[in-house]
Amino acid sequence: MANTTPAVQMKNISKHFGRVIANSNVNLELYRGEILALLGENGSGKTTLMNMLCGLYFPDEGEILIDGKPATIASPKDSFSYGIGMVHQHFKLIDVLSAAENIVLGLDEKLDIKKSSAKIKEICDKYGFDVDPAQKIYDMSVSQKQTVEIVKVLYRGADILILDEPTAVLTPQETEKLFAVLRKMKEDNKAIIIITHKMHEVESLSDRVAVLRKGKYIGDMRTADTNAAEMTDMMVGRKVVLNIIRPEPVNPQPRILVNGLTVKSEDGITKLNNVSFTIRSGEILGIAGISGCGQKELLEAIAGLQVVESGSIEYVDDKGKREQLLGKDPKQIRDMGVSLSFVPEDRLGMGLVANMDLADNMMLRSYENGRGPFTDRKAPKKLAQSVVKDLEVVTPGINTPVRSLSGGNVQKILVGREIASAPKVLLTAYAVRGLDINASYTIYDLINEQKKAGVAVVYVGEDLDVLMELSDRILVLCGGEVSGVLDGRTADRNEVGLLMTKVGGNSDGKN
Amino acid sequence: MAKTNKSEPLFHIAKRSDMTLKKAILVRVIAIFAALVVCAIITMITTGLNPFTVYGSMAKGAFGTARKSWITVQDTSILLLIALALTPAFKMKFWNIGGEGQVLIGALATSAVMLKLSPYLPNPALIAVMFVAAILAGGIWGVLPALFKAKWNTNETLFTLMMNYIATQLVAFYIIVWEYPKGAGKVGIINAKTELGWLPRLGSSMGGKYLLTIIIAVITTIAMFAYLYYSKHGYEICVVGESENTARYVGINVGKVIIRTMFISGAICGLTGFILVAGIHQTITTSLVGGQGFTAVMVSWLAKFNPIIMIFASLLIVFLKKGAGEVATSCGLNESFSEILTGIIIFFIIGCEFFIRYKIVINKKTMKGGNK
Repeated sequence: MANTTPAVQMKNISKHFGRVIANSNVNLELYRGEILALLGENGSGKTTLMNMLCGLYFPDEGEILIDGKPATIASPKDSFSYGIGMVHQHFKLIDVLSAAENIVLGLDEKLDIKKSSAKIKEICDKYGFDVDPAQKIYDMSVSQKQTVEIVKVLYRGADILILDEPTAVLTPQETEKLFAVLRKMKEDNKAIIIITHKMHEVESLSDRVAVLRKGKYIGDMRTADTNAAEMTDMMVGRKVVLNIIRPEPVNPQPRILVNGLTVKSEDGITKLNNVSFTIRSGEILGIAGISGCGQKELLEAIAGLQVVESGSIEYVDDKGKREQLLGKDPKQIRDMGVSLSFVPEDRLGMGLVANMDLADNMMLRSYENGRGPFTDRKAPKKLAQSVVKDLEVVTPGINTPVRSLSGGNVQKILVGREIASAPKVLLTAYAVRGLDINASYTIYDLINEQKKAGVAVVYVGEDLDVLMELSDRILVLCGGEVSGVLDGRTADRNEVGLLMTKVGGNSDGKN
Repeated sequence: MAKTNKSEPLFHIAKRSDMTLKKAILVRVIAIFAALVVCAIITMITTGLNPFTVYGSMAKGAFGTARKSWITVQDTSILLLIALALTPAFKMKFWNIGGEGQVLIGALATSAVMLKLSPYLPNPALIAVMFVAAILAGGIWGVLPALFKAKWNTNETLFTLMMNYIATQLVAFYIIVWEYPKGAGKVGIINAKTELGWLPRLGSSMGGKYLLTIIIAVITTIAMFAYLYYSKHGYEICVVGESENTARYVGINVGKVIIRTMFISGAICGLTGFILVAGIHQTITTSLVGGQGFTAVMVSWLAKFNPIIMIFASLLIVFLKKGAGEVATSCGLNESFSEILTGIIIFFIIGCEFFIRYKIVINKKTMKGGNK
C-alpha cells in the first residue's frame, strides 16, 4: 500500500487554449493502491488535466512521469501502453455490438470472441462485475453500459483508472455496487482517480482529495483529515453555505392535471404508461428515476414537444378554468396565454442556440413580438444585460456566442430567460447537471424564488439528495410508470432508491 | 499492442480565439500575395514568361477597356445574385446545389412567355408576366426538394443536384420545339425585330445596357442583408440551421421555414434567369448559366454567407475568370494554364482561414521517449 514512487506524477503542467488558461503549473501525484478524488468547480481544468493523461491533449509545458520515469503521451494509444484507462462521462460504445465486441474493438490482437469472452469473464469474476459478453449494448441499462466501459479499460490492461463523474447516471444502489468494485480494485493495487461533484461520495470512497481552482492546483489532503465544508471552501475559494432552503408552499392549487398519459417512442417502445399526477402552484414537484425512465418524455409531453398516444394534460388557470394542452405545439400553448417555461436537459442542443450570442438567445422566446417583418433587438439586449447582472454570469459581453461560456453560465442564461417571462409553470430537467457547487446553489435559489412567487415547479434531477431536500412532493418513475408519490419532507432515501428500480413499493398515495 | 512512437511531436495545433479583425485581414492579404508569388514562380518555370506580363494581361482582361469593365461588373452582378439566392438556404444548412437548374428553369419560363405571349400583351405587361413566371418557376424548382425534405427528410443535396439535369433537359427539349430558323438547333434571338420583352436600357450612354442588372443586384444584396440579419424570418432561418430541436422547442414550424426559405432561394434564382434572358442574351441555351450555379456555392461560402462580403468574393472570381481568358489569348497559353493559376489563388484564399482559426505551436524542448 505504502508505495513511495507515485504511479503518476504530473509536474508543472500547463495548458492554454488561445487566451484561456486551462491548467497552469499543476502538480499531481497518484499512488498505487489509492483512490484519489479530483475536485474543482466547472472550468477549473479537471477534465483538461485528465485528457492530457489519456492522450487527447498534449501539455504546453511540464512533464508527466509514470512510475518515476518520464513519459510522453501524445495519443490515446501511448496512454494505453502506459496502462492508463479513462471511463468517460459519455459512454463511447456501439449500440448494435455485443459487450465483448465493444471491449475488443480497436485492439490490434486477432479477433477471437470466444477467447476474449473468457478473459472478460475472468476480469468480471475477479472484481465482481456482472457482464454477459454476448449481450447487445442496446439491451443494457445505463449502469450495465458503464460496467462494460470499465471492463473495457481493464481488458486493455489498465492499472491506472480515471473515472469522470461515474455516478451521475446511477441509482444509490448501483453507486454502492460501483464503489465496492472500486475498493476491490484499490486492494488489487490499482491507482484510481475519480471526478465527482458529490461530497458524500468523496467522503465515503476516496483516500485522498486533490483540489483544482481556476486551472491552478490548490492542494491535496487525506480525506480522513477534512470535511465537505473545507473541501468546498477550497474549491470555491471562499466560505460557502451548503444549505438548501425549503420554504412551506403557500396555498398550493392544482395547476396541471396529467391523466393516463401514454407515450411511445418512434420505434414503438412504450416510454410512459398510463401516468397520472397533479402539478400544483407554489410547490416543487421532484421527479426521481434512473435515466431513461421516462422523465424526458414526460416533460416534453407537457411542453408540447412530444407526440402522445393517449391521455390528457390539462392546464388549470387561476379561475379554475381547464384547458387541454395536448396536441398543441409550444407556440400554440403560448398563444393560448399559458405561460409555460421549460429548461430542457439538452441546453445547447435544445434550450439555446450555441453559435448565437447572448442577446439573440434571449430572443428565442420573444422574436415574434412586435408588428412588422423585423425583429426588435433592443428588448432582448436589455434582458441579456439584466440576466448577466442579476445572475452574475461570467461573460466577456452580451455579444459572445453562448457556446464559449462555461456550463454554469450557459445554464444561468437559459434559466434566466425562462423565468424572465414570469411563468405560471416551470419545468426543469437536470437543471444543475455538470454545474459546480456555486452555480448549483444559484440555480436552487432561483427555483425556490419561483416557487415562492407561486409558480408550479417541476424539478427533474439526478442527485437524489438534492432532489429530496428541494422538493415538496416526489414523484418516482420506473420504466415509464409511476411507482410512487412521496412527501419530500418525510421520504426516505432508500425507499426512493427502491421505488426507482421497481414498481409497487410503499407509496403514501398523496396525489 | 505495437510499440508506439513515444517521441514528442515537433509541433501541435491549437485553436485560437484572439485574432483581431485587422490581423485577420492582414493574413488574407498575405495569402493573396503569397499566391501571386507562387503563381509567378510556376509561370516562369513552365512557360518562361515574365509573370508581370501575365498578371498585366489578367488585369487587362477584366478592366482593359470601358466595355470590358462594364461586362465584368455585370457578370459579377449575375454571380452575386445566384450566390445571394443560395445563401438563405445555406444558412438553414439546406445544401441547395440546384442553383444552376433554378436559374435555367426561370430562364425557360421567361423565354416561353416572351415567345408565346408577345403578340397578345403590351410590352410592360409582357415583361411583368415574364418576371412573375420566372420567379414562380424558380420558386417551384426550389420548393420541390424542400417539400420532400420537410415531409420525408430526403437528402436535399442529391435532390437539388438531380433537378439541375431535369432543368437542362427541359431546356434542351424546348430549344428543339422553338428552334428558329427550322433546323438551326437553337432558338436564336427572341423577338429580334420587335424587341418585345427586352429589358430597357437605362440611359443612352454605353453603361446603360448593363445598368439595370447591376441595380437589381445592389438592391437584392441590401434586401438579403436586411432579411438575414434583421427580419423575423432571417432569425427563424438561423435557428433552424443551428438546431432543429431548438426551433421545435420554441414552436417554430421547421417544415414551413424550410419550404418558405427554399421558395425564396429558388425565386431569386428564377429572377436571375429572367435577367439573363430578357436583359442580357435575349435567347436561351442549355449552357446559359455556364456552371455559375455551382461557382455561386463557393462564393457564398467564401463570404461566410455575408451578402456584403459576397460582392467582393464574386468580383474576385469573375476577375480571375476574365483574366484567365485574356491570358490564354494574349500570351498564347492554353486556357488550362490560367485555370491552374485561378486554382492556386483560390487555394491560398481558402487555406489561410486555417491560420485565422488555428495556430501552430512548436514544441521547444525535445523530450526523450520514456519507456515502461
